[in-house]
Amino acid sequence: MSLEHAQLLLSVLREPEVARSLTLSQWETLIRTARRANLLSRIALELERRELLSHVPEGPRAHFEAARVLANAQAAAVRREVGFVARALRDTGLPVVLLKGAAYLIAGLSPARGRMFSDVDILVPAERLSEVEGRLMLHGWSSAKTNAYDQRYYRQWMHELPPLKHNSRQTVLDVHHAILPTTARLKPDSRKLLAAATAVPGEPQLRVLAPIDMVLHSATHLFCNEDVGNGLRDLVDLDCLLREFGAEAGFWPKLAVRAAELDLSRPLYYALRYADRVLATPIPPEVARAAEVGRPPSWLRRLMDMLFLRSFQPTTSRAGLASIARLSLYVRAHWLRMPPLLLAHHLTVKAFRRGEETAG
Amino acid sequence: MILRELSSRALKSLLANCGVRIRTGPIVTRIRSRCGPLVEGLALHYADYTVEDDAGFADFNVAIVRPGGPRRWLRPQIAFEFDGATPFFPLPADQAFAMLEWGLNWCVHFHCHQYLIVHAAVVEQGGLALLLPGPPGSGKSTLCAALVHRGWRLLSDELALLDFGTRRAVPLPRPVSLKNASIEVIRRFAPDAVLNAPVHDTAKGAVAHMRPPAESVRRAAETARPRWIVLPRYQSGATEQLRPLSKATTFMNLADQAFNYDVHGRRGFEFLADVVSESDCFEFEYGDLDRAVVRLSALARQG
Repeated sequence: MSLEHAQLLLSVLREPEVARSLTLSQWETLIRTARRANLLSRIALELERRELLSHVPEGPRAHFEAARVLANAQAAAVRREVGFVARALRDTGLPVVLLKGAAYLIAGLSPARGRMFSDVDILVPAERLSEVEGRLMLHGWSSAKTNAYDQRYYRQWMHELPPLKHNSRQTVLDVHHAILPTTARLKPDSRKLLAAATAVPGEPQLRVLAPIDMVLHSATHLFCNEDVGNGLRDLVDLDCLLREFGAEAGFWPKLAVRAAELDLSRPLYYALRYADRVLATPIPPEVARAAEVGRPPSWLRRLMDMLFLRSFQPTTSRAGLASIARLSLYVRAHWLRMPPLLLAHHLTVKAFRRGEETAG
Repeated sequence: MILRELSSRALKSLLANCGVRIRTGPIVTRIRSRCGPLVEGLALHYADYTVEDDAGFADFNVAIVRPGGPRRWLRPQIAFEFDGATPFFPLPADQAFAMLEWGLNWCVHFHCHQYLIVHAAVVEQGGLALLLPGPPGSGKSTLCAALVHRGWRLLSDELALLDFGTRRAVPLPRPVSLKNASIEVIRRFAPDAVLNAPVHDTAKGAVAHMRPPAESVRRAAETARPRWIVLPRYQSGATEQLRPLSKATTFMNLADQAFNYDVHGRRGFEFLADVVSESDCFEFEYGDLDRAVVRLSALARQG
């Protein structure tokens, strides 16, 4: 696939109007790369919103139509699921603080448009974790990981319970008590995040992170997590959030300050750098300057540029530099999540369990 | 161009390089492979299909490849690749063609939500479609293979594509998958049917594919109105019995066999309800294929 082809998805994400003048083979490339990046539904809804779908030739249009149907079904399913979670936790008196996709959807934010969901994520205070887990089990959720090592991995070292699966609906719920593993080098304080969480109009029991915290969490997820296959999708989330919140007064000036407060200056630096470079997200120059406090040493920045910029490149093949970059980032994410000895131990356990479903 | 017009050398070289774009009903798939059994399977089963030119649009891009590693020499395996992803575990190399067929089914039922997709064989006569929904083992593919040798046109042996706009069944004629004893049954029933040599020890036992009748392939653009829904059940030694089935029971069966019923929500419910209420619904127990085909063909004569 030529470079021009690889850039097509990025051009359409930056400027959907490009879709007015694509050839059939460009449509084919766009659909393949978008589907691989989990962004086909996003583009479908974006084309629909801009009334561009009628310009799409019949063959490719069928795929956007299908992706639109799927996105709407997923959104409805997540809304329903959030309702079930809220009902299960009503007696705890705790607000249900939604994270990531479910939060974008319930708060009506633009990254939810056409986003694919694999689970619902919530954040609860660490000291209420076992109470919350008990409540959820009473309502039909149970741990999807039954292996003793996996249980220990999550409960002792991670920032979340082992994923919970609902017995009849088969939906997955991640209950977080922090946004980074207990063992990670960066230590954002969850109490600060919970204290700043904001209400959702018309949903008395639900909360989402404050706009700035939501951006910082999205950045943290993208630049510290091992889910590297969804890199571009996560960068699109960030781009949408920055464009939407950036229009609100008071957002930009406080961003870097809050990042420092939460020990997240480094992820914020990367977030702004790559959102600008890859998706041309508008970022005020003074904010980019303020975020420089999170800038890594230049040898590291060069390395990260090489890896991240490649990992965001759309692809339809398994081999190639982008997949090497993703593998390196996967290893890096683990490096950031655990101190070296623990990581060595974890990787040893995983190596002997290849083929089974494993933790982390 | 029709695939049989390609020399076997040309086909092999196309498959190894830019791929062959094969049209099956509304779907164009670009297939690439260097795997011998796959090239032979395509040449045999897809001889009558249209090969689209490179400038057109392919709905799906797939490849059957040999994964690397030491198994390459020990016990060769093949993998199904979809835009660089491998959604299934690799299989032994002799199952290449079956894997392609399973992979193509997956492409359609996993992505084509512009349709309501029911796990059912579909055949047509006089513009009217007979749907044979049923889980594996119910005998729908066997019955379907037999019917298309007795005057019915093949729409699909596996995936009923129901179009929301036109309310019609859209043909997706592809090779009919036959398992275990059905392979011999169909060979005896229709000696002129073209089948490949069965591949043994697959997840589904022995599997062979039957080439769809050329006329069904040629008429793949002609949709049909759903008219009969018959839930088949093969029972060794049973006398055939076609019993009316209530609309409610038929509906529940069909919903249960729909791949993407959950994706369509209320719209899917209403569409499926319409299809059921406008069709005659039966359950059909049969033991003898000849008699079963005669009984079902009698439905078509009544219109």
